[in-house]
Amino acid sequence: MSAVFEVGGMANPDSGAHGASDAAAAGEPILRVENLTVSFDGFRAVDGLSLVIDHNELRVIIGPNGAGKTTLLDMICGKTRPSSGRVVFNGRDLTRMPEHEIVRAGVGRKFQTPSVYEDLTVLENFEISIPNGQGVWGSLFFRRDRGVMQRIADIAEQVFLLDLLGQKAGRLSHGQKQWLEIGMLLIQSPQLMLLDEPVAGMSPREREQTADLLNRISRGKSVIVIEHDMDFVKRIARKVTVLHQGRVLSEGTVAQVQDDRRVIDVYLGH
Amino acid sequence: MKALLRQPEIVATALVVLLILVVLPLTLDPFRLNLVSKYMAFAFVAIGVVLTWGYGGILSLGQGIFFGMGGYMMAMFLKLEASAPELPDFMVWSSVEKLPLWWEPFHSLTLTILLILVLPAALAYVFSYAIFKKRVGGVYFAIVTLSLALTATVLIVGQQGDTGGANGITDFRTLLGMDIIGDDAKGVLYFVQAFAVCVVMVVALAMLRTRFGKILIAIRDREDRVRFSGYNTATIKAFVFTVAALFSAIGGAFYSLQVGIIAPSTVGVVASIEMVIYAAVGGRLSVPGAVVGALLIGFLKSYLSETFPEGWLFFLGALFILVVVAMPSGLAGLFERLALSRRAPRATG
Repeated sequence: MSAVFEVGGMANPDSGAHGASDAAAAGEPILRVENLTVSFDGFRAVDGLSLVIDHNELRVIIGPNGAGKTTLLDMICGKTRPSSGRVVFNGRDLTRMPEHEIVRAGVGRKFQTPSVYEDLTVLENFEISIPNGQGVWGSLFFRRDRGVMQRIADIAEQVFLLDLLGQKAGRLSHGQKQWLEIGMLLIQSPQLMLLDEPVAGMSPREREQTADLLNRISRGKSVIVIEHDMDFVKRIARKVTVLHQGRVLSEGTVAQVQDDRRVIDVYLGH
Repeated sequence: MKALLRQPEIVATALVVLLILVVLPLTLDPFRLNLVSKYMAFAFVAIGVVLTWGYGGILSLGQGIFFGMGGYMMAMFLKLEASAPELPDFMVWSSVEKLPLWWEPFHSLTLTILLILVLPAALAYVFSYAIFKKRVGGVYFAIVTLSLALTATVLIVGQQGDTGGANGITDFRTLLGMDIIGDDAKGVLYFVQAFAVCVVMVVALAMLRTRFGKILIAIRDREDRVRFSGYNTATIKAFVFTVAALFSAIGGAFYSLQVGIIAPSTVGVVASIEMVIYAAVGGRLSVPGAVVGALLIGFLKSYLSETFPEGWLFFLGALFILVVVAMPSGLAGLFERLALSRRAPRATG
């Protein structure tokens, strides 16, 4: 299902029909954020920010509180509308699309506080996240067939929740809710996942498991992670972007960023 | 089968079906049974309230509008038949000389039934989609529906010549030439209506068991998150609101048939709020509970007003407060707790 692997490598004889795969073949990145700005009551939370994410890239975004990290993700997924600038995903401009269409285009979002449906079971949380039949009739006549159950079991196993499928999501631990929400994204098979602080509230052991999980996931899709925990960042990151006051302060490998004087001054050095 | 019987909701539904199709017809005299059919008309509305409010988190204080549309359309047909070939009496009194154009379709029963099933539902969809699309919800939606109900009554009362005004439309005798006033006819109508309630209960329960039902709960608890699961929540909410409107209209049509009168007071703000209370007392998460709530409060209203003509409304008010404070899941919650506590010892033993 998550066969969005290596879009450029799918040597399609009659290619040229799809703009998106064309763009990928031409080395077009999966996400281009161009000169993005948003202000709340005159305060520029994100200020002329540009960013490029490649296919199958795992990018970590760090920065002090109020740097605009969450706001950036909010604008990519349509929760907040930018005052100016563009978000181009696979050649499509997302800035005017309603949230559910951005999701269907292939962008998944995990929120900072785990947002799962607490009154539903883990199984039902996964079930309603499956991306087909999301209209009224599709939902009414959705059948929980063997394919669906298999897919849910696969994802549940990946996020360590296979034994808890019958449990109400509200009774999961904080860390398990984080996993559930990651799993709900995975079952949408997005091409780009936006994860806001995925290991907040997790035990050291859970953090290790999550790092492995993210490393596995990012082999098949692009992932943007916001995280504060530098040990965790080192585990997963190849490339890090540091935001400060709504702008990109520094970008590079973990080592490069840690040696950057400006980054030490505003964020890491305290 | 055994697994089914272990679910309190299924057991409760079976008991309610038994109650309205067997127990009540066998035990009540024709007069009381006819009263039951009056209360039962509101059960249709209450089931819709369970779907929209209990599961979808959409509180409408204007369900009377759709109930009224169903009721008035049925009454218009019956009235035309009762007064044919003359104009309806209230039109004559208001010196209306020609039948208003929008009354014409109601010469035909087929057309009337079709309009009852389509018109309120269509209106509900268009209206609620426009509102949900703008992300207006919660209390604001309740206020909008409340003012609509108020507007509807003002409109009906103001157009006396066309609508019968504050007196409503009454004095029907036959349906396609068949008597509908006698005890036998009312008895038959009772069974038709009771059967319809059962069908609506089953439809509602079936809906709640699908993925659609789960999405409704998700929307109630975290609507913003549901959008990021890929759903257009406005369509989902508008759809469930439409289903509730359809149920209400069916209830309204039965009301006119059974009670023999439809008036603005059955449609307005107070009536609309009462419809929510039926669901709250029965248990806003319980489909059979809604039916019991409607029947019970209807019965209490009659009984208390006969016994304590002065102060009966206070008893009713006290009951509402008691239920809301002490039993947030209503009677259904009580039933469920009883059912579960009786099973517990057996499971361990």
